[in-house]
Amino acid sequence: MFYREAGQFKTTYQADQAVFPILQDRIGLALILIAAFVGMPLLASDFFLSVVMIPLLILALASIGLNILTGYTGLLSLGTGGFMGVGAFACYKLTTIFPGVNIIVWVLASGFFSTALGILFGLPSLRIKGFYLTVATLAAQFFLDWSFIRVQWLTNYNTSGAIEVPTRTLFSFPITGPNASPQVRYLVILAVVTLLTWFASNLVHGRIGRMWMAVRDMDLAAELIGIPLYRTKLLAFAISSYYCGVAGALLVFFWYGGAEPGVFNIDQSFTILFMVIIGGLGSLTGSFFGAALIYGLPIMLKGAFHALGWNILPSTVEHITFMTVGALIIIVLIVEPLGLARLWQIIKQKLRVWPFPY
Amino acid sequence: MKAPGGADIAVGGVLLAVENVSLAFGGVKAVSDVSFDIRKGEIRAIIGPNGAGKTSMLNIINGFYQPQHGRITFKGETRSKMRPHDAAKRGIARTFQNVALFRGMTSLDNIMAGRTLRMTKNLFWQLLRFGPAMAEEVEHRHRVEEIIDFLKIQEIRRTPVGRLPYGLQKRVELGRALAMEPELLLLDEPMAGMNLEEKEDMSRFILDVNDHFGTTVVLIEHDMGVVMDLSDRVVVLDHGVKIADGTPDEVKGNQAVIDAYLGVAH
Amino acid sequence: MDLAYKILIDPFIQMGSAPDLLVQTLWEGLVAGVLYSLIALGFVLIFKASGVFNFAQGIMVVFAGLTLVGLHELGVPAFVALGLTIVVMFGLAFLVERLMLRPLVNQPDIILFMATFGLTYFLIGFGELVFGGNPKKMIASELYLPSGAYDINFAGGFVSLQKIDIAAAVIVSLMVIALAFFFQKTRIGRALRAVADSHKAALSVGISLEQIWVVVWFAAGIVALVTGIMWGARSEVSFSLQIIALKALPVLILGGFTSIPGAIVGGLIIGIGEKLGEFYWGPLLGSGIESWLAYVIALIFLLFRPQGLFGEKIIERI
Repeated sequence: MFYREAGQFKTTYQADQAVFPILQDRIGLALILIAAFVGMPLLASDFFLSVVMIPLLILALASIGLNILTGYTGLLSLGTGGFMGVGAFACYKLTTIFPGVNIIVWVLASGFFSTALGILFGLPSLRIKGFYLTVATLAAQFFLDWSFIRVQWLTNYNTSGAIEVPTRTLFSFPITGPNASPQVRYLVILAVVTLLTWFASNLVHGRIGRMWMAVRDMDLAAELIGIPLYRTKLLAFAISSYYCGVAGALLVFFWYGGAEPGVFNIDQSFTILFMVIIGGLGSLTGSFFGAALIYGLPIMLKGAFHALGWNILPSTVEHITFMTVGALIIIVLIVEPLGLARLWQIIKQKLRVWPFPY
Repeated sequence: MKAPGGADIAVGGVLLAVENVSLAFGGVKAVSDVSFDIRKGEIRAIIGPNGAGKTSMLNIINGFYQPQHGRITFKGETRSKMRPHDAAKRGIARTFQNVALFRGMTSLDNIMAGRTLRMTKNLFWQLLRFGPAMAEEVEHRHRVEEIIDFLKIQEIRRTPVGRLPYGLQKRVELGRALAMEPELLLLDEPMAGMNLEEKEDMSRFILDVNDHFGTTVVLIEHDMGVVMDLSDRVVVLDHGVKIADGTPDEVKGNQAVIDAYLGVAH
Repeated sequence: MDLAYKILIDPFIQMGSAPDLLVQTLWEGLVAGVLYSLIALGFVLIFKASGVFNFAQGIMVVFAGLTLVGLHELGVPAFVALGLTIVVMFGLAFLVERLMLRPLVNQPDIILFMATFGLTYFLIGFGELVFGGNPKKMIASELYLPSGAYDINFAGGFVSLQKIDIAAAVIVSLMVIALAFFFQKTRIGRALRAVADSHKAALSVGISLEQIWVVVWFAAGIVALVTGIMWGARSEVSFSLQIIALKALPVLILGGFTSIPGAIVGGLIIGIGEKLGEFYWGPLLGSGIESWLAYVIALIFLLFRPQGLFGEKIIERI
């Protein structure tokens, strides 16, 4: 009875085309944003921010990136880890070469390096489709992973092949490096993720989103209504890589504080892909749900074992996590291929008629 | 509004001419040395028994298949090869036998997709959405709503097309083709699988489109009653070869046509 | 200019100057290629009959190998362990068909492909849980597989051919012949080909899709077991094999997804190409290029011939 549209009439197409046409949704979104920007930094513990919120936001951003390519445009990619890495290393090089420039500027700029590589590895999509294109992205992933170790210039010739994040400031507050507080780091990440999510939402709800989905659903028909297939696919690669690149830069600079070789390996690609599948292919909110579930799973399992009083090795938890994720993927694909996002929609439908059964 | 490219053809003039077109797949000859023309403003039917090459002919006209021989002249411009993307730009739209809708999207989005060629606000404005991009969305939404009104599909605007019954899907697909404001509309068996009432509705829509918007229509159809009632002229194909070309009455009495069909009328 | 010399001329000079090294490299490439072909064979079997691209083939290789070694470690005699492992692989095929393939039977291929990602991760987790993550030694001698090498004098130096590698080549050839016989001559083989052609048509003549799928996944499981044994005998059985198994993908791109001879030829091309590339051009770029070279080779092929060497040209009709 609280969540219904009765009485909400749209008198202009503009109002009807809005992303959140239902008033209750808009109120809900406003509340979430207030909680996120104001409530969290004030009330949440350092642990919660560092271990839950920061990773969640960054992984959700990467998931949005992959979702654009795989969920909206239908191009299955296993190269996400590699593209994240390009952003991370680009940011590192930029800030070590030009330390005076604000780090947030470099984070946002590093995405463009990912974009360049994304377009490069997307060029084959002119002639290759489906599984074959996926294998091409796998080529990109292995090649990029290899370069991160081999091209020593990227790590400034550090002998261990790892990078450590230097301290950078904003208005003389340290926001990266060992002295940056979780609250400050969280707010920077939140601002970037909110802005980029807003852009992504605008894109997918408009002309470009329709073009992507048309290419996904039936590319022959898309061509026949005048959609330029190649340019649309390349645009998907470009934008998707940008998001993954920024996510990678944020991951290294604002979460890990550094990077070891292998951080952006094929496992990372699969992790993000699983977040997209479970969260919902073709859904932005799904990207957040998926990131929460996949990232939170080992934490929840550890908590559950702890609560039961079982003393389980961390490696065992990891194995059980793998098994659970694998099984979940199969279950989600069988039961609800549109993932958690669709489940959420169904819940909202039920809420519409609550407290009546139908 | 007319699509870009090519000369302006007067009503009754030749809009599209097919000359000596042949197409073969490996050893199978789909179309052999076929020539006919389509006049602006008319409703032209292509008929023939199964396997006659009708769909292949349509696919050639809109650039999906490239013929091995022959040429197509559209709005005064001759070309032997054309990509579907170009055909769309020049003002050719079509529907498919097996309904080629975008199943992941709603009816409204499918028809809005048909407006893609006419939406020009670039990536920068799309990122922001408010401002010029939104204004463009609303402007095209107006046009799309006219089509929705015309086809009487208001109730199913927001339904994902995968959930619609077949007859309604065909209507949405017609809507998407109309959204392109085409000069030439190619309909591949628009009445297939419909009951009498649905056929009457679809016939009315086709006549109105031709009358109201001046769109030239080419349709492939098996229902002889529909063909005779709707079309101005008819081309008959059999085994990839043209066996008759004229008004419905002329074609009806043609012995070769009767033989090809063995006298079958719907 | 110097760079062009280094890339285009120097490696060939090196090849010519030490022909024994060249032959050794070619042999290593051949052997690797044979093993890639084995994995590709498993893919082809499943793809031919069910249209499913089984990303989990690699982990099945590891899993089969680990089961065999694990059983032996428990004290089970080698050949009994072999028999039991075959039973386990059958059980796996049965479960996969029942729990994964049947519910997803009408879904688009990409969904099934993603489901095999889930299967892969599940088997990785399960395998590590049951067998532990440490590499294990394959029970090669217990299975009467040869060890040692033939050292042949050649062109001033010598070439060393490991006996186990020769055994691998022989076994693969036997498997290919057996599979070819199976497909062409037996009733089930014919049914498999029918299913590969058209599910609906096969159903209409009374072929049970479920049975066929179990058979095919079981056959792929046997191939995985053989691969696990041969590969494990050469190095060891570990989870890193799973990633190497992904190299079968470039093999499939070259050879086509449905062709058994294609898998063999593709495997050889990738194996030899990779080893030559790594040995003669690798030092220019830095070590470790074998992690991606195979994929790039396949990509280049794809750009000129999108259907691979043996695949059929796809004509899309609306």
